[in-house]
Amino acid sequence: MMLAAAAAFAVIMAKINEIVGPRRETDEKVTTYESGMEPVRTARERFSVKYYMVAVLFILFDIEIVFLYPWAVSFRQLGLHGFVVMFVFMFVLLVGFVYVWRKGALEWD
Amino acid sequence: MNTYLTDILQSGALMITTITGIVLLLVEANRRGRPATSFALAIVGLLAAGMTALIQMPAHGTGFSGMVQTGGFASFFAALFAVAGAMTIALSRSYLARIGWFRGEYAILTVFAVVGMMLIAASNDLIILFLGVELMSVCLYVLAGLARVRDRSNEAALKYFLLGAFATGFLLYGIALIYGAVGSTNFEAISAAFPAISAHIMFLAGAGLVVVGLSFKVSAVPFHMWAPDVYEGAPTTVSALMSTAAKAAAFSGFLVLFVRTFHFVGAGLNTVLAVIAAASMILGNVVAIAQTNIKRMLAYSSIAHAGYMLAGVAAANAIGLMGVAFYLVAYAFMNIGAFAVVSMVEDDHEQHLTLDDYAGLSKQRPLVAALMAVFMFALAGVPPFAGFFGKYYVFLAAVEGKMTWLAIVGVLTSLISAYYYLRIVVLMYFRDGAADVAAKPSVLTMVTVVLAALLVLQLGITPSVVVQAAQRFF
Repeated sequence: MMLAAAAAFAVIMAKINEIVGPRRETDEKVTTYESGMEPVRTARERFSVKYYMVAVLFILFDIEIVFLYPWAVSFRQLGLHGFVVMFVFMFVLLVGFVYVWRKGALEWD
Repeated sequence: MNTYLTDILQSGALMITTITGIVLLLVEANRRGRPATSFALAIVGLLAAGMTALIQMPAHGTGFSGMVQTGGFASFFAALFAVAGAMTIALSRSYLARIGWFRGEYAILTVFAVVGMMLIAASNDLIILFLGVELMSVCLYVLAGLARVRDRSNEAALKYFLLGAFATGFLLYGIALIYGAVGSTNFEAISAAFPAISAHIMFLAGAGLVVVGLSFKVSAVPFHMWAPDVYEGAPTTVSALMSTAAKAAAFSGFLVLFVRTFHFVGAGLNTVLAVIAAASMILGNVVAIAQTNIKRMLAYSSIAHAGYMLAGVAAANAIGLMGVAFYLVAYAFMNIGAFAVVSMVEDDHEQHLTLDDYAGLSKQRPLVAALMAVFMFALAGVPPFAGFFGKYYVFLAAVEGKMTWLAIVGVLTSLISAYYYLRIVVLMYFRDGAADVAAKPSVLTMVTVVLAALLVLQLGITPSVVVQAAQRFF
């Protein structure tokens, strides 16, 4: 009963909006994406090389998180062994992070 | 806690190299750090790792829950990679400064590539083998594109990367199929299951795909197409590293997998390896004759040498194992030396790389010409240089392994190779020309090249040093 009421409410509200709401269609409004992105254009667009740097670094440190989550979940079972191994892993990544930072790869300009 | 300590101490060379790499990263992160500091640190670290490996050679064992082996084979190759890495870094210093790419990252990447190579030789598990291959390759992709404003360097890096990634796919799929057939990635488990599984179609498919993946890394025909372009485009000292240490690493993968794990492989895989070996010898040597660029010539020569060494792997006996190990050591020093001389003659703008640029070199630079002549004679396999015994052992192994035809192909193609190696010697000594080195070679470079030449001579006179080490590999 509650479910049917909820579904009916949603449909009725959407319909009212469609019937009562004013329509002023412009070119931008009827395209596929209202955000303004063109749906059809050349695929050979040039990006600033800065984006690649961000993407590479993102993947690197994202993978770190992928490894950290399972370790955090089963932290008690893995015990000291897991703790030591994980800290060695994070230390190596930290060295990479320090390198990237000091080289200025994190600065946008 | 105690097992950690044992593991770390047992694989000392691997640890020292890894720590050297991490320290180098921190040095480079410090903005006041000079590239020269990184280069010196890298050489010291690699030599220390090499010494440690030699000391630890008699102690056999496994470490890190059976993932790596220590001592014997692993130590032997770790020492080779460390020395080859240290030599290329020493050679690169003045060359890179001259062409304007003297960066600390070169040392870091070389050290991490050496870590990857050591992992391959020490692998006791398919996963570690894969990890080593990738660590080595990724560093080499970047090194090949080091001179990033040069079109050819970019081309080399991109070609190497795309084809290398493709080959990695083959290797990984092969590993997956072997795992599917055996139920384990550990070499001891595969080794134990081998008699029962050796005719299993899934296992054979997996082993075949691994052959494809590793053949790419050693640049054997028909997986060689990248080699000439990459060796030509990459900075010359990087080509030296790729054609020696990286090739030796891939061969150590072949040896550890096919000789140790697959118990001197069954007949089917041997024939495949023998055909690849014969094709590499024939194509490498014949096409090398037509080359006018010396780096391309050395690349085709390197394909041919991969063929000789694969003959030793295909023979699948104890002499083959020893022969390939000896060949790899000898080849590392002769080829590093040859590329070093090329890097001296090459000018700052990728010119002076044709064979004609060596005409008359002996008049202006008698020592450099004499060293180049030593490396060329050694590559051609003329006694008393090390190249002769390398060829002798692998062809002997082929004959013992009932593959006489392969030895015959090997000897005939060696004869062909003498033409293009000795042509350089003839050009240097018997032709008039104004060939000269681009800049006065630094003391460090000269010392390294002379050392390489002495080692080539020494190994040719007393090959028993390596032979005895090879008898206690596993």
